[in-house]
Amino acid sequence: MPKLNRDTRTDVTFTLNGKKVTARSEPRLLLTDLLRHELGATGTHVGCEHGVCGACTVRIDGEPARACLTLAAQAEGADIQTVEGLEPEPGGMSPLQAAFREHFALQCGFCTAGILISLKALFDRKPGASEQEIREQLSGHLCRCTGYTPIVRAALAAQAQMREEEPRNA
Amino acid sequence: MTVNPPADRWVGRSVPRIEDAALLTGRGRFIDDLPTHAGTLAAAILRSPHGHAAIRSIDATAALASDGVVAVVTGDDVQRLTRSMTVGVKANVECWPIATDRVRYVGEPVAIVVAADRYLAEDAAERIAVDYEILPAVVDPEAALGSDAPVLHPSLGSNLINERSFSYGDPDGAFAGAAHRIAVEIAYPRNSCTPIETYGVVAGYDPGEDAYDILANFQGPFSIHAVVARALKVPGNRMRLRTPPSSGGSYGIKQGVFPYMILMGVAARIAGRPVKWVEDRLEHLAASVSATNRVTRLEAAVEADGRITALAFDQIEDCGAHLRAPEPATLYRMHGNMTGAYAIANVSIRNRVVLTNKTPTGLNRGFGGPQIYYPLERLMQRIARQLNLDPLDVVRRNLIPANAFPYRTATGALLDSGDYPAALERAVVEGGLGELVERRTNARAKGRLYGIGMAAVVEPSVSNMGYITTVLTPGEREKAGPKNGAQATATIAIDPLGSVSVKVASVPQGQGHRTVLAQVVADALGLEPSAIAVVADVDTARDAWSIASGNYSSRFAPAVAGAAKLAADRIRAKLEAVAAGQLNTMPADVVFAGGRAASRSNPDNGVSFARVAAAAHWAPGTLPETVDQTIRETVFWTPPELSAPNGSDEVNSSLCHGFIFDFCGVEVDAVTGEARIDRYVTMHDCGTILHPAMVEGQVRGGFAHALGAALYEEYAYGADGSFQSGTLADYLIPTVMEVPEPVILHHETPSPFTPLGAKGVGEGNCMSTPACIANAVADAIGVDDLDLPLTPSKIAGLLAGPERQAKNPPRQAREAQPGGRRKLTGEGAAEVAASREAVWKMLLDPATLEAIIPGSHGVTQVSDTHFTADVTLGVGPVKGRYKAEIELFDLDEPNAVTLRGTTTGALGFGEGEGRITLSDTGTGKTRIAYTYEAGIGGKVASVGGRLLDGAARVVIGQFFKALANHAGGANGPGTGLLARLKGLIGGRS
Amino acid sequence: MKPAPFDYVRAASLDEALSALHEAGDEARVIAGGQSLVPMLNMRLARPSVLVDVMRIGELARIEHRKGMITIGAGVRQAQLERWAPLAGTLPLVASMMPWVGHAQTRSRGTVCGSFAHADPSAELPLALLALEGEVHLRSKKARRVLPAADFFLGMMATAAQPGEMVEAIGLPAHGIGTGTAFAEVARRHGDFAIVACAAIARPGGAIRLAVGGVADTPQAIALPDPSDPDFDDRLNEFAWALNARDDLHASARYRRDLVRSLGRRTVEEAVSCRS
Repeated sequence: MPKLNRDTRTDVTFTLNGKKVTARSEPRLLLTDLLRHELGATGTHVGCEHGVCGACTVRIDGEPARACLTLAAQAEGADIQTVEGLEPEPGGMSPLQAAFREHFALQCGFCTAGILISLKALFDRKPGASEQEIREQLSGHLCRCTGYTPIVRAALAAQAQMREEEPRNA
Repeated sequence: MTVNPPADRWVGRSVPRIEDAALLTGRGRFIDDLPTHAGTLAAAILRSPHGHAAIRSIDATAALASDGVVAVVTGDDVQRLTRSMTVGVKANVECWPIATDRVRYVGEPVAIVVAADRYLAEDAAERIAVDYEILPAVVDPEAALGSDAPVLHPSLGSNLINERSFSYGDPDGAFAGAAHRIAVEIAYPRNSCTPIETYGVVAGYDPGEDAYDILANFQGPFSIHAVVARALKVPGNRMRLRTPPSSGGSYGIKQGVFPYMILMGVAARIAGRPVKWVEDRLEHLAASVSATNRVTRLEAAVEADGRITALAFDQIEDCGAHLRAPEPATLYRMHGNMTGAYAIANVSIRNRVVLTNKTPTGLNRGFGGPQIYYPLERLMQRIARQLNLDPLDVVRRNLIPANAFPYRTATGALLDSGDYPAALERAVVEGGLGELVERRTNARAKGRLYGIGMAAVVEPSVSNMGYITTVLTPGEREKAGPKNGAQATATIAIDPLGSVSVKVASVPQGQGHRTVLAQVVADALGLEPSAIAVVADVDTARDAWSIASGNYSSRFAPAVAGAAKLAADRIRAKLEAVAAGQLNTMPADVVFAGGRAASRSNPDNGVSFARVAAAAHWAPGTLPETVDQTIRETVFWTPPELSAPNGSDEVNSSLCHGFIFDFCGVEVDAVTGEARIDRYVTMHDCGTILHPAMVEGQVRGGFAHALGAALYEEYAYGADGSFQSGTLADYLIPTVMEVPEPVILHHETPSPFTPLGAKGVGEGNCMSTPACIANAVADAIGVDDLDLPLTPSKIAGLLAGPERQAKNPPRQAREAQPGGRRKLTGEGAAEVAASREAVWKMLLDPATLEAIIPGSHGVTQVSDTHFTADVTLGVGPVKGRYKAEIELFDLDEPNAVTLRGTTTGALGFGEGEGRITLSDTGTGKTRIAYTYEAGIGGKVASVGGRLLDGAARVVIGQFFKALANHAGGANGPGTGLLARLKGLIGGRS
Repeated sequence: MKPAPFDYVRAASLDEALSALHEAGDEARVIAGGQSLVPMLNMRLARPSVLVDVMRIGELARIEHRKGMITIGAGVRQAQLERWAPLAGTLPLVASMMPWVGHAQTRSRGTVCGSFAHADPSAELPLALLALEGEVHLRSKKARRVLPAADFFLGMMATAAQPGEMVEAIGLPAHGIGTGTAFAEVARRHGDFAIVACAAIARPGGAIRLAVGGVADTPQAIALPDPSDPDFDDRLNEFAWALNARDDLHASARYRRDLVRSLGRRTVEEAVSCRS
């Protein structure tokens, strides 16, 4: 049975934004630290390290999850998506990102990555999510700048845009 | 979003933000994202678990031997290498960024571990042994003034660090002649705007030059640079301070990072390598910075029609354990506009600043405003209630009239512009106050609790750097020399390809400064905003900056953007002369538009902007004689209106004064006490609006912060100084489910004092909204006294009548007093199959204690009745190792004994006392009954408050269960054991 | 805020997990979703020597409905249960509670059994277990045993699980035909732990059970008469007092008792009204 010793750094391998990555990790290393400091994926932010603020939210196997409450070792073999994986091409923006810009749904931008990830996960699973469902999804995030209104507007606008584009992409 | 976009210019339009491309794609550059020098070490800080204690000794031997550790820094090192931070009042007191001889608040730094990474640094920090002697603490500002209060700083002699009294006009005469005297008493609580990004510092030290290089997500004001350089004992040019390009929110809070610049500078110096420290959330909540809490008695002299003729303030400001720069600025920031939006000629003010065993205070959105306007606007409602007037009429009758601007207030502010009555009347109509009144009538007819609140507020912006000296007497000010002004700087540079860069020292934390500056400069030079590159972070070694630089007192739009406009105008004037030469026309005939310079009279006669702009690089000889260069233009702007406080203590504390009128309808759930905001209307006059969407963003953000302060957020302390809001599950920040969308209205009266006519806008709702919501709740439930936050439990308590009692009342745990010491009491009993004498013998036997103390690793007998033990205590996964002392008292053989114990460990400390009584039940059995009282503090108390009492009961239960087992009471596994366990642990505590 | 060091066992089978737990005894903790445990690791409130990850054990990730009992394995995440199609039909009480359990971002990882093992008295799922008179399947290397919910929760974060033992599954009896259920909760914010949470079950035969979380150190339940019964409020009041509510940062003891009385009645009435 694989037992990882506390003092030993071992390889963790998973898929990050579609690419296979391997990094060295002790058992206690948090996924946030692995992503940010071992892999340089600094788009995912750290705000509380106890699972409340939502800034570190990433997708693990499609589901939005707190990277700060995930041990790097638990990510072995997982499919992880972070904000760096939302951009369709360098310099481009997905409909969700574009809607955030258009609706001024961010100010300092520190909580934004986690919020984008949560909304993306929701819309992928439930393209027709109601405003109430969108709000419930957003309630797992703290934003101190915007008062949330423009975030909800951006989410609704992006949803409408994506649903319009859906048939064309299909 | 765009409101009436002006066709001919960029300013005034809601253009997309330049900042967003990076922030939306994970390419922001926040402090923890930036690369560091190879070999940079990580710091972790060991902090005080006590509100007040003397440090007997610090033993870092084990920590220094711990894996990866390079250095451990303590107060001794900091005292050796630095000097005390400057204190803003004349007082015999020192102010260190780390504890020296004693700790004065939970979370105060005690030692810094520098190690290869943060994990190892935290491992080592746990191995530092600090021997504390716990001192009595004081957290209540009024109690701190008592003659028997524990004194935090013995050199000061008391906890009162500054007192001043002021009188303007003839308050005594006005009160003597008043028809009514109406007063409110308010205890404004502690809270903080808690940015989602915490503090971060990366510090380096070069011994060859005796120079520090510090990167910190500091926000300004850069007067603090002087404080840090002086503390580090280097000239300002040996203290390079840089800020990262992105900062994850601040709202004033990141001013408070500066003591850590000093600490990390010292740590880097001792370690001989750069040191990086990123604050964690627990550190942030306990010990970053807080707004002040304040006790205010505010009395008004009132005419029969509700007109106020005088105000008398008595304010006790609680700045926490140290008076840290720039405090007591919170108390003086509003000094010029203490009369709010009202024309009140007579004012008296008594200001006392006290120190208590709480985190030192500092900047926080609204800075000083909530503490003033909450009493003032609650008073306005009280006047209406008491005189049976419509609250709106009371506001109307006291507003400064429209024709009075610029208006000099009694305390010295020069209110720049406004039409308060017009803005108010528009808000009433456009916001639908009449409809809310109707809703209230209908709701009340159905027995529901519905109230309407309002608040009128003057929002100051662009602080006078001299306002804080109002804390000194005129004589002291005379000696110190005048301080005043608000230097703003902006630099515009043109490169050899003719493209334009803007550099300001504004240090934004999300306010979109770069976008607005691009708009302003684009307008001046006839370019697209996307053509302008803007840098807004600071490097004190390279940039133009001054003490007023930074992002605070809502100074960006009025001061910084204004300075950029002046710089752009200046360079445009020169470029006009250059272009006139190239176009063979007069400078006055040159127009810059669409990326070209052209003749106004003959638009076909034109040349590209770049060709004109780059001439100073490529062909300086072609410049007209009147133009020296067009490569770089730096403007320094300070408004003449911001003079130093005068001999009568009148001070124009801020340059600009916006106006806000808010009202709201709130329904209170009679069962749960929850306050639901039905509609919130906020009318703003912030002068000229530069970017409508950003202004709305500032209003919404401020509103959300204020809603938190009104209903959810509080930094709570126990009477023993324990900190109770240590996690984001205890300090409750509103989510999208709690924040309603306010109706935002605007009434623009440009400021005559600022280059663009703009005023600040970011802080106003933090001043108006808490009072507005409280007024509505007070109206809904018909009470006079309301202190924030208005929790459902608090509101329900005000609504509740006598409680239905139990027929078989259980013995209650003693009700904790609000804010009281965390005391845990309980009792239990068990029957064991042993004689009283046998049980008694066991109690005095170390071997028994060894067996029954939960998780004991060994008991040492010090005397017959004194034992020490090394124990592991905990419930579920929460376990910690503690040193325990147990003493037996009041021995009444074989009937009763008192056990007194203390435990100390990494997770906190506890003390408890239990009385055990043994009684014979006959048939050789003994009933063991116990009562206990315990107190717990430290880390567990801060972060696990919700679970703590229950967990402690489990641990105490384990002890008595073991005692019963040991005495032969165990009936073996099965229902009996379970039932008895429950009786012991949960049953009758 | 980084965890203290620990060894980590990624168990591929239940046997491996149980052996690892047996070996490490009191020093080991099971990690499933980690949503309760990792915050305590990060704060160093918890410092186990060994973590045994049970999420790779396929057999634990199942929800089974057999003979009126719904068995939820230790690897079942809360989101999985929330989306389990038969949930609304078989466990309507649990279905109505799920949106109150943390946030979507924690339900995605957090497990159902983990919430029981953590035994937070304010958490919703333990309340459901007690209200529905469910059972907890404990398993160690040497033995397995089944405890009724009431015997499993011993106190704040304290359960009857012994060192070396893990919660293998929990069993919840499916909703009987005609049973009415209701759930109500008051929390400071959406997704917060309950100040008071009430779950009521009204059986067709007339039996009414009210369970309350957030007040005592463990969820507590009481059998009540019909709300129209003149004794109802007295009985509920005695119960409210017997819970020994305490003051804390978020609510007073009195407030909690008031809510037990008001919310309790409301919840029972709603359960009775949807009984058929």
